[in-house]
Amino acid sequence: MPLQFSSWTCPLPLKHYPTVVMGHGSGGKMMADLIQHLFAPLFNNELLGQLGDATVLDFPANGPGPARLAFTTDSFVVSPLIFPGGDIGELAVNGTVNDLAMSGARPLFLSAGFILEEGLPMETLGRIATSVAAACREAGVQLVAGDTKVVNKGHGDGLYINTSGLGVIPSGLDIAPNRARPGDAVLVSGTLGDHGMAIMSVREGLEFETVIESDTAPLNGLVEAMLAATRGGEHTGSPIHCLRDATRGGLATVLNELATASGVGIEFDERRVPVNTAVHAACEMLGFDPYYVANEGKLVAIVPAADADAVLAAMRAHPFGQQAARIGTVVAEHPRLVVARTAIGGSRVVDLPAGELLPRIC
Amino acid sequence: MKYIDEYRDEALTRNLLDEIRRTVTRHWTMMEVCGGQTHSILRSGLDQLLPPEIELVHGPGCPVCVTPLELIDKAIALASRPDVIFVSYGDMLRVPGSERDLFNVRAAGGNVRVVYSPLDSLKIARENPDKTVVFFGIGFETTAPANAMAVVQAKAQGISNFAMLVSHVTVPPAICALMESPDVRVDAFLAAGHVCTVMGYWEYEPLAKKYNVPVVVMAFEPVDIARAILMCVRQLEEGRAEVENAYARSVRREGNVAAQRVINEVFEPCDRPWRGIGVIPQSGYKFREAYAAFDAELRFPEVQTIATKESTLCMSGLVLQGLKKPNQCPAFGKECTPQTPLGATMVSSEGACAAYYRYGRYAELQTSNSQPQTLRSRETAAG
Repeated sequence: MPLQFSSWTCPLPLKHYPTVVMGHGSGGKMMADLIQHLFAPLFNNELLGQLGDATVLDFPANGPGPARLAFTTDSFVVSPLIFPGGDIGELAVNGTVNDLAMSGARPLFLSAGFILEEGLPMETLGRIATSVAAACREAGVQLVAGDTKVVNKGHGDGLYINTSGLGVIPSGLDIAPNRARPGDAVLVSGTLGDHGMAIMSVREGLEFETVIESDTAPLNGLVEAMLAATRGGEHTGSPIHCLRDATRGGLATVLNELATASGVGIEFDERRVPVNTAVHAACEMLGFDPYYVANEGKLVAIVPAADADAVLAAMRAHPFGQQAARIGTVVAEHPRLVVARTAIGGSRVVDLPAGELLPRIC
Repeated sequence: MKYIDEYRDEALTRNLLDEIRRTVTRHWTMMEVCGGQTHSILRSGLDQLLPPEIELVHGPGCPVCVTPLELIDKAIALASRPDVIFVSYGDMLRVPGSERDLFNVRAAGGNVRVVYSPLDSLKIARENPDKTVVFFGIGFETTAPANAMAVVQAKAQGISNFAMLVSHVTVPPAICALMESPDVRVDAFLAAGHVCTVMGYWEYEPLAKKYNVPVVVMAFEPVDIARAILMCVRQLEEGRAEVENAYARSVRREGNVAAQRVINEVFEPCDRPWRGIGVIPQSGYKFREAYAAFDAELRFPEVQTIATKESTLCMSGLVLQGLKKPNQCPAFGKECTPQTPLGATMVSSEGACAAYYRYGRYAELQTSNSQPQTLRSRETAAG
């Protein structure tokens, strides 16, 4: 059966292989065909075209002195591979781009290691690889190094991806988890819980009437807009104190980590936390707390109070921050504890999640 | 969200709290039976907003918490069998047995799966004809109809590789046991809203009369809880002891008759041990003769001889009877945390100890708005 894949330059050598087989990982001609006819055309750049064991990179000038680099790695093992709002390929790029952006870096280069399970449909691999390429373009990064391995059937959930990323940090920035100070404003860039509930809805076959979509997105553009909005040049210190993307463990985990790292308390108002109605409803049904549900395109920012309005305005003007909100304040009281004002005016501690999120019984 | 947001309205809740404050003249102790209600109260912070005359104690309405330890060990034994696929609601996976929990069994290669509905286990049974699917049938009357339906459907569809490990408990006998106990001092009960949706509330009328306690059927949102507490306070102040329904949008006096019919088709009452409390007569369900083929304890008789050892530190029994609060336990927050639970009340999403730990009812701390709140001090907790 001929493979239908519009962006492949020449699928001919692969047409006899509707699924991935062990040979595609063994370093020989079959693997060369896979790289040449599936991967390379999608990531067409000179750097990847070096095809050396390592890719040699020149970094853009960063002002006087050596460049400050940010370097990160992440692995993506999500199942299902494709879900409403995206797929593992998009996640793999955005996740690493975002990790770089959270330290204030401009993401530049990515590597991608693919671990393929024998029997993975070639069409699925093609689709994921195309997503990776599209996500790189959207984020403005280049994929410059890659690797492919194949494991026996039963030894991998179809496809695992590891991405590592390099970025350059502009001078004068010091964004770190230990920089939160009492009085700082706590901001979130949009609605929480979308990604986790999107995965849950597909994984468990729960069909909600409204489709919940993952919020996977590259946040480097948003961060640049936020940095540009602050007083910047008048500061000796960094205008933004902390940035964190609220992935596994959700908002609650991020706030707890920042509170602990900085030795401060955090207070937020439950009424100010943006949550989509559909996500809210799905969480209610299953007994989940949206503060603990994963996001893939949302960040938490801790900024000096004087900068809060300007940063918030810049976020709301950006496509990935339109529902940004100020949800709370950093305080000196109850260090390392996160406390929420509840909807009825009571208070509760918002702790780290114990482990897996498990749905309610009755 | 309809039927949720209206019942979380701050102004309404405040008005009800003010009315409670105006009505109450002396100390009253009320017990909310259902663990879900305990969590709702603590999560919303309502307990901190009640006048000091009202003391809330937490009842044994957490099915995970009251499942006897030996049943957990039986579940673990079954789940460890290579010819069994053990299927359960998620919370049970975390409850520690004598040696380990079901998560450990899964990590060691046991086939343990989480489902949202007992009917999913029939699907697994059809897809795996060479294994026996054992479903952990725990819960109060709320989950009993669905569990019973799974068995009815299994019989009707001729699915023979399906069995259920039953640990159902019922509320009214537990209330009797609590009121008969010399230590327990409860002035009024806030009855479990979802149990009563299934069973109705007519069963509580003789109890209210016999023990001279008001019983108010309560829902789960802050407005509902405040309203139910107000109704209790009015009864107590006026010297009445009646059953009232504060969850009329879901509960009728006769309950859901069709659901009750399914329960009665499959199950009959039996004596049952409640973890931390002891045997309460006629407080559980067991399979009727006609459905005995689906009883996992009969299908796998070797589990009937399992020996158990409880933690000596854990006082969850006293917590479940409302005799102690979780933060009065010497192990709370130290040896016993959600990561290292000694008993089921710290594990379950409805357990009182887990609620206290999670929402920080540990020590007095000052928040920046200068209202003294009961919060957990992490330094104290770390020891």
